[in-house]
Amino acid sequence: MTTSSFSDPRLVSDLAARISSLGVKDVQLMEVCGTHTVSLARHGVKSLLPSGIRVVSGPGCPVCVTSDSDLNLAFQAARTEGATVATFGDMMKVPVGGISLLDLRARGADVKTVYSPFDVLSLPSRGTTVFFGVGFETTSPGVAALLREACRRGVRDLCLISCFKLIPPALRAILSAGDTKIDGLILPGHVSTIIGTRPYEFLADEFDVPGVITGFEPVDLMMAIYALLKMIKDNKAALVNAYTRSVRPEGNQEALKLLGEYFEPADAEWRGLGRIPKSGLALRPEHSDYDAARRLRLVRTQLAEPSGCRCADVIRGAALPTECPLFSKKCTPENPVGPCMVSSEGACAAYYDYG
Amino acid sequence: MCLAIPCTIESVDGAEAIGAVAGVRRIVRLDLLQDVHPGDVVLVHSGFAIQKLSKEDAEETIRTIAELGETIK
Amino acid sequence: MDRISLEHGAGGKLSHDLFTRVFASKYGNRHLSRAADKAVLRIGNRRIAFTTDAFIMSPRKVPGCSLGALSIHGTVNDLLTCGAKPMYVSASFVMEEGFPVKELGEIAEDMASAAKGCEVEIVTGDTKVVERGKADGAFVVTSGIGEVLSRVDVSGRNARPGDSVIVTGSVGRHGVAVLIARGEFGLATEIKSDCSSLTGLILPLLRKYGPMIHSLRDPTRGGIGTTLNEIALESKTCLRVEEAGIPIDPSVKAACDLLGMDPLYMACEGVMAIVVDPRAESQVLRALRKRGAKEAAPIGRVISIPKGRVLMTTSVGGIRHVGMLRGVSLPRIC
Repeated sequence: MTTSSFSDPRLVSDLAARISSLGVKDVQLMEVCGTHTVSLARHGVKSLLPSGIRVVSGPGCPVCVTSDSDLNLAFQAARTEGATVATFGDMMKVPVGGISLLDLRARGADVKTVYSPFDVLSLPSRGTTVFFGVGFETTSPGVAALLREACRRGVRDLCLISCFKLIPPALRAILSAGDTKIDGLILPGHVSTIIGTRPYEFLADEFDVPGVITGFEPVDLMMAIYALLKMIKDNKAALVNAYTRSVRPEGNQEALKLLGEYFEPADAEWRGLGRIPKSGLALRPEHSDYDAARRLRLVRTQLAEPSGCRCADVIRGAALPTECPLFSKKCTPENPVGPCMVSSEGACAAYYDYG
Repeated sequence: MCLAIPCTIESVDGAEAIGAVAGVRRIVRLDLLQDVHPGDVVLVHSGFAIQKLSKEDAEETIRTIAELGETIK
Repeated sequence: MDRISLEHGAGGKLSHDLFTRVFASKYGNRHLSRAADKAVLRIGNRRIAFTTDAFIMSPRKVPGCSLGALSIHGTVNDLLTCGAKPMYVSASFVMEEGFPVKELGEIAEDMASAAKGCEVEIVTGDTKVVERGKADGAFVVTSGIGEVLSRVDVSGRNARPGDSVIVTGSVGRHGVAVLIARGEFGLATEIKSDCSSLTGLILPLLRKYGPMIHSLRDPTRGGIGTTLNEIALESKTCLRVEEAGIPIDPSVKAACDLLGMDPLYMACEGVMAIVVDPRAESQVLRALRKRGAKEAAPIGRVISIPKGRVLMTTSVGGIRHVGMLRGVSLPRIC
């Protein structure tokens, strides 16, 4: 095995031919992982599929689904005297009321990007370091590890704005709403590496929707699409793990255990999906010292979405980016209105950049 | 959302390891994965190893795709 | 947008927009083209290429490159893209109070060495000092002039359908070397910047194949992805490229994969994109490889439509657009 086997153009071509020969039409598949959005676009996978097969993006871009009121907490932290805000690169450019964290930095706020949550421990401390944490189950265990290490080292000046979210409840919410046609789900390989396969069993059991857990190489993507279309053709709904080289049925138990020591499920606000019960992660009460909102007295405010912006519909798969009136007119990568255009993993960004 | 890259572990020192891919090296945290040894290929996400990649499973997947028609679990 | 942000300096669309809105609208003259940092002027019966660039590299030394060397190579390469033999360079320094004279000496040494290597002379310059904290160490601005070779008319506008697109070396090395040297991502590699002047590669080509070379562009900020878009936009054509043909060092690709970046948008400082009459493609490639550009490769063709776009066949046979660089390349993790 080499990674390059999963990029083998002959296997891709073979799968494309087999997909075509299935003769399946009028199908809409949804992928729910920003990294899948980018991978599909980068490799031009959609151009290899027959017309009549549509692949739409779901709520898998953590930047895109972070609500303005959550973002505003980070902005308040950035404006707090003596605070350093650290976050992942993608969050820097999302505008709220026309201003982003990058803009605040240009105006003197101490905002830093980190590659790994663990890097937060090496940042020079100005006073209080606030980690603005966004991501899904792949990312949150690393932050739990950060907190454990901070505890160990007796670090007192670190706190966290937790905007971490969970994928399966979002899937349940989208399928329950029933207003987006979803004939099959391409499931996120790295979230699944952490949570395993069992959390997805309800997709087939309760909603009769086939799902394939897959990786991010071109062969992985084509294989998942083929497997879904085959199940759809055979009128079968099952859960398939096509990423067995990384995903075990039980997931990564160690990561899940560590996660559970620091976080617990809490209701969360998703841009586009509204409030979903037990779909986010909040710090457990015994770790509330790390809660930035408490420490810095941050206030949650409700903000209006920019007028005309259809990010909410795009995130749910209910609209294509090109169906938003602002797409590539008022909303461009240089002047983004909504996060779907800002984030390099947003559906609108992918459409704009890769056609 | 979950960019993770396969890296080969070159050395392990407690909770940290050195991972390498095509000559690029980084410190990899092992807080989320037990029992990692030099030579293991692990998926690294934002500085943490999140799983060991199974060579056998990878080969089986490729074989299945090449043969096709079968569902794999 | 009422304030300059880092994105304005990244060389992508925002930089172009800034130039158009703030500068071109005020300076407006027939010499100012879209490629704002170079101009070809007719003085008497000679065509003189004139270019300028500011160098703000941080850190000032990275494997394979230094601020001093880059300040000369960058300007020399820009002159080459006008089809000119680089001749004279000016050098201005803005230094921060407290900057070590020893380091200034090293910068000057690197510049002298680079100038000697590409046969240009540094003939004039200036130094200014600002208070501590008002500049990050030292910034260098170089301007250069050279004479455009006879029978040569090189411009982004001149690419035409049927032309072949060639790159002289593997892409993304400089951008990745600098990012890694910054230490923010904790990566250790052997990747070196490709910082070098391309005089030895390009002048012989211009002399031998003059009129058949239609465009020359060095993909600095914004990388090869941005450069291909610029050529497509200026010539109102489409550049149709093959991902599998674009040379990328495996370490550069791995570093980009780890950081979630696209090597197509990482800066190069020793690569030229050449758009050439297809009848000269194989000779040009042979000549480049013979002169040491072992990785020189054809990457695609110019076609007519869609105008102003770059279309790429991916390594697995899909087709997608290659957009202009958007903003600053920030690492994507989740």
